[in-house]
Amino acid sequence: MKQLTASRKQLMSNTVTYLIVIVSYLIIQALSTGGLVSPSIQGQLVPICAYITMAISLNLVVGFSGELSLGHAGFMSVGAFSGIITSLSLQQAIPFAPARLAAAMLVGAVCAGIAGFIVGVPVLRLQGDYLAIVTLAFGEIIKNIINILYVGVDPDGLHASIVNEASLGLAEGGKAILKGPMGATANVKLASFTAGFILVLIALTVVLNLVHSRAGRAVMALRDNRIAAESVGINVTKYKLMAFVTSAVLAGAAGALYAMNYSSIAAKKFDFNTSILVLVFVVLGGLGNIRGSIIAAAFLTVLPEFLRKLDLDQYRMLVYAIVLILVMLATNNERSKEFFAGLRRRFFGTRKGGARNG
Amino acid sequence: MSLLSNLINGISLGSVYAIIALGYTMVYGIAKMLNFAHGDVIMVGAYICFFATGKFGLPFPAGVLLAMAVCTVLGVVIEKLAYRPLRQAPSLAVLITAIGVSYFLQNSALLMWKSDPKVFTNVFVFKDAAGVPQTGVSLFDGQLTVTYVAMFTVLMCVIIMAGLTLFTGKTKMGKAMRACSEDKAAAQLMGIDVNFTISMTFAIGSALAAVAGVLLCSSYQTLMPTTGSLPGIRAFTAAVFGGIGSIPGALLGGILLGIIEIFAKAFNSNISDAVVFAVLIVVLLVKPTGLLGKAVREKV
Repeated sequence: MKQLTASRKQLMSNTVTYLIVIVSYLIIQALSTGGLVSPSIQGQLVPICAYITMAISLNLVVGFSGELSLGHAGFMSVGAFSGIITSLSLQQAIPFAPARLAAAMLVGAVCAGIAGFIVGVPVLRLQGDYLAIVTLAFGEIIKNIINILYVGVDPDGLHASIVNEASLGLAEGGKAILKGPMGATANVKLASFTAGFILVLIALTVVLNLVHSRAGRAVMALRDNRIAAESVGINVTKYKLMAFVTSAVLAGAAGALYAMNYSSIAAKKFDFNTSILVLVFVVLGGLGNIRGSIIAAAFLTVLPEFLRKLDLDQYRMLVYAIVLILVMLATNNERSKEFFAGLRRRFFGTRKGGARNG
Repeated sequence: MSLLSNLINGISLGSVYAIIALGYTMVYGIAKMLNFAHGDVIMVGAYICFFATGKFGLPFPAGVLLAMAVCTVLGVVIEKLAYRPLRQAPSLAVLITAIGVSYFLQNSALLMWKSDPKVFTNVFVFKDAAGVPQTGVSLFDGQLTVTYVAMFTVLMCVIIMAGLTLFTGKTKMGKAMRACSEDKAAAQLMGIDVNFTISMTFAIGSALAAVAGVLLCSSYQTLMPTTGSLPGIRAFTAAVFGGIGSIPGALLGGILLGIIEIFAKAFNSNISDAVVFAVLIVVLLVKPTGLLGKAVREKV
């Protein structure tokens, strides 16, 4: 076989990733026009797209930047609720639904990006376990704040309060959008599978291009050896923040899309468990492997539907936990690493390197 | 009076956090890892005590001892199966494994014991002079009640702190622990069995978690598979607040955090978590080593 250069190999790999996404979109569209997709799967299509985007964006932080973020659902939450507020308050201004969805996702992405910047500046000064626990803390704080937030809209504009619905002081014809712990209860569903597909493509393009750019290499250099990278003049804060904010922006857009798939949604949907779920997608797909994230997210979001049919759904989280531990043990233990390397040598003749290149 | 009663509640809650925080701080000091599953060991301890006293009719102290024994074994087994193979691995891998263990414990508990909350009976009820059972002592003509469980919690916390300080300071095992936390390789060269020392640390931490679980559930009286996770995270916050790796730091951090939480709850019960976590963030940014922690220079 002809030896491929590194850049050719990368191009091939990226093309395969894009093709997988595009082909599976076309197949599913074709099947659903043929009426071959069951309603339960049909309902999962938008969440799958949202979770794929979440997994891609979290992989940027955990896989490429090497920082464990446990509050990714927080950014999803910011995106979701700012998206809902945008969509409901622009109902008259933009009657065309896809345009309103785009506006909601854009605002969601920008708000999450701002939140990511505010969180990132202090958080990225820390390292390792401390960073993980502080992102967890921020995720909980965001959830808490949205839980006490009341937002309403009337002809005068937006009103916000942290006391109760009555204190919004809405004028005639106004309506409350966010109702504290109850969340948004009268959302207009706008999300579609096509919108989700476009979002996944955008996320893929952004992350793959970032990772293979000069900035992406700087981010990875910081992950592999921070001190060495710093000593050749790589700005730690700048590049870590770049990865973190990009990831938050994509998570915000995914959150807005996700929220637009439901008529009522509350802040408690985006809790620590959701962050862990996305982390499971990333870890099982392979840290730093974008294609793996996509496949893992899609597969594990559909899996509960099948398990429910087999009445095994209650064991799902238990199995996730065991798989998470086993994957970590298999990929990080010296002895098991040697074992797998030996297997590869036996079957493929050569040692495969560069498993961390997306 | 409400100020004083909040303060007392805060100290009592803080004592529980301090006991949990000890488990985090000792493990972090020696194994340099955040044992995310520690909070769920608390929950297991509380369940064991609940079933031992409720279903099998054991007396309360026997139930607590059984819970401590089970948690000790659990802690050592977790360390051996999940954490020991990763001793040389990057901290990200260890942390993800610990989260996996935490989820494993929570979901096993959910399958075994179901999600419905169990009502934990408060055994700290004593008859007063008139023969009426009371949960606490009334002071200032009933304006202020100090519950027996709060008194017992604080007492327990002080005893454990004193015991552990003596243990790490005076015994051979304690000395081995301190040596391991300073430099594992050097400790090994001096003939200290590092793996055994780390197992011992997990054993002590987990036994304390069982005590904390019983105390926590005696004051709040509901028990669910998720009972341990949030107090676990708050206690970790307390450990960081006081300076991770320091035993007096865990006490100080725990009690301060308990007081902050109770006062935040009195102000607005919905944002108490936000306040607690905001404290963590501020502490980490201003003084990353915590109130009583030692700064460690990063070596190149």
